Amino acid sequence: MAAVPTVASPWVPRGMALLLAVMATLPLWVASIGLYQYLGVEIAIWMIYGLGFNLLLGYSGLPSFGHGAFFGVGAYAFGLFQAWAFESLLLGMALAAVAAFVAGAVVGCFLSHRRGIYFALMTIAFGQVFWFVAIKWHTVTGGEDGLLNIPRPALELGAASVPLNSNVALFYFVLFVLAVVAVALWRLVHSPFGKVLQAIRQNEERARFVGYNVWLFKWAVFALSAAIAGLAGSLFSMAQQSAYPDVMSLHASGVIVMMTLIGGGFVSFWGPVIGVAVYFLARDVLGAVTETWLLWFGLVFVLAVLFRPEGIAGAWQEYVGSVPSAGRRNRGTEAPASHIER
Amino acid sequence: MALFEARGVHKRFGHQVVLENIDLSFESGRLSGIMGPNGAGKTTCFNVLTGRYKPDRGRVLFDGEDITGLSPNAIACRGIARSFQTISLFDEYSALENVLIALPEVRERGFNMIEPLSGDGADADRAAAVLARVGLAGRERRRAGDLAYGERRALEIGVALAAAPRLLFLDEPTSGLGVEATARLSEMVRELKHDYSIVVIEHDMQFLFGLADAISVIHWGQVIARGTPDELRENKWVQRSNLGRP
Repeated sequence: MAAVPTVASPWVPRGMALLLAVMATLPLWVASIGLYQYLGVEIAIWMIYGLGFNLLLGYSGLPSFGHGAFFGVGAYAFGLFQAWAFESLLLGMALAAVAAFVAGAVVGCFLSHRRGIYFALMTIAFGQVFWFVAIKWHTVTGGEDGLLNIPRPALELGAASVPLNSNVALFYFVLFVLAVVAVALWRLVHSPFGKVLQAIRQNEERARFVGYNVWLFKWAVFALSAAIAGLAGSLFSMAQQSAYPDVMSLHASGVIVMMTLIGGGFVSFWGPVIGVAVYFLARDVLGAVTETWLLWFGLVFVLAVLFRPEGIAGAWQEYVGSVPSAGRRNRGTEAPASHIER
Repeated sequence: MALFEARGVHKRFGHQVVLENIDLSFESGRLSGIMGPNGAGKTTCFNVLTGRYKPDRGRVLFDGEDITGLSPNAIACRGIARSFQTISLFDEYSALENVLIALPEVRERGFNMIEPLSGDGADADRAAAVLARVGLAGRERRRAGDLAYGERRALEIGVALAAAPRLLFLDEPTSGLGVEATARLSEMVRELKHDYSIVVIEHDMQFLFGLADAISVIHWGQVIARGTPDELRENKWVQRSNLGRP
């Protein structure tokens, strides 16, 4: 595999099928290990969020510290649609994604000529603007309390109507959305668009001089990533049956960055997926032992950034790479396509 | 009519005038040279001509079209490609991918988010042919960042060639190369001359005098002499300014 320059990738790679299959069995055993069904919903939602976020951070090298804004926009848009228009699952989700896309597109206009630290600072500033608006615009957002009693509309499939009121039903719906997003993004990162994004991360100037409109690519990926965050936000508002400003705070925006980095978003498509799982398991397992779990998790994060910036996925790749096997004999001399693909 | 023309180009940074009233013209099918000592304004000149900087005054014409002040990508899309003095590659990509991403056929599909960009097929064949042309056959799958310096220099030109440019700018292609590598590069550029219109910046005079059809000498931000290599050898300015000697 590694010897082929650009692997023509299958629609659903083995790792993805395995992940989804394992997750599909989650409701059967999650209670028996002392956890609970809602955790699966949360993890799957944040995996969607993380995969979309890593399109920016890992693939395009654009650090956004205000992505919670778009997650929040999606959550509010979904809630407001149900309250003001009518109850509809798919329309509400579509609207949430569109609203976040538009918000991302507008913000992207101000960001796309920036990079590195300036880009990061601007995303913080815009994130704070959205957060502030959510808190202050009482008549629409409900202020600090947020929107309450957001329904979980049933999934209408022609004649059949599947209620999503139980956490297990909602979990399977979210898992389905996760599968769709994962397949779509897997396609995207192997497409010319995805390759150009990675080229821009590696050398923005050269990308410009070989003829790519770098601004437009950054703008597009920012808006797209925002739309996916909004989609995840709409699911979150259903899960929580409320939408509140907390998810738009700088703290919440930082959490998704942390998850993506710990998991290894810079070296693997699966980085954010791993990071999300590790974060939530740490929260519930460590959290059961000590109230200061976030302190310990934060320390691990600091150590990871210092000694293993490639995250868990990077450590795994290194481990797998150090085990000699027939298929990998050429590793030393033959470069993999671009190591983020594995 | 010349393929490429700069008329009265002026560029300053703050109070520093870097280019003053530069007139240049490059003919189709020729290899034109720009020479001058370090700090003379050669690279700035290249940067203005290829769109990195906008000139303060003057016009830049490509094939009769005014391209003054266009963005680098707009200029690249019109068929002008350049290499960089300081090597500028996509280091995590393989040599093949570096060229692949620069192909016009791939560029046109830049916003395709669904079809995979694959390492086999027509695009990859084209990219491999470009690599062979710059002497990197067999190195396709090596990471650009892991290539030897001389190979990176060659790939630097390969990425520019991938665009199938109508005009190819090479910025100090021999920079950092030893005698042997420079000789090999010289052979390669001589081959490229058959198929491309080329502009080369150099301060390696032997290299340039052996290849160029016409040379412009830039000093203190001005064109102080121009002509064929033979004419310039006779030029008092050039002799006096220590440029003609190896």
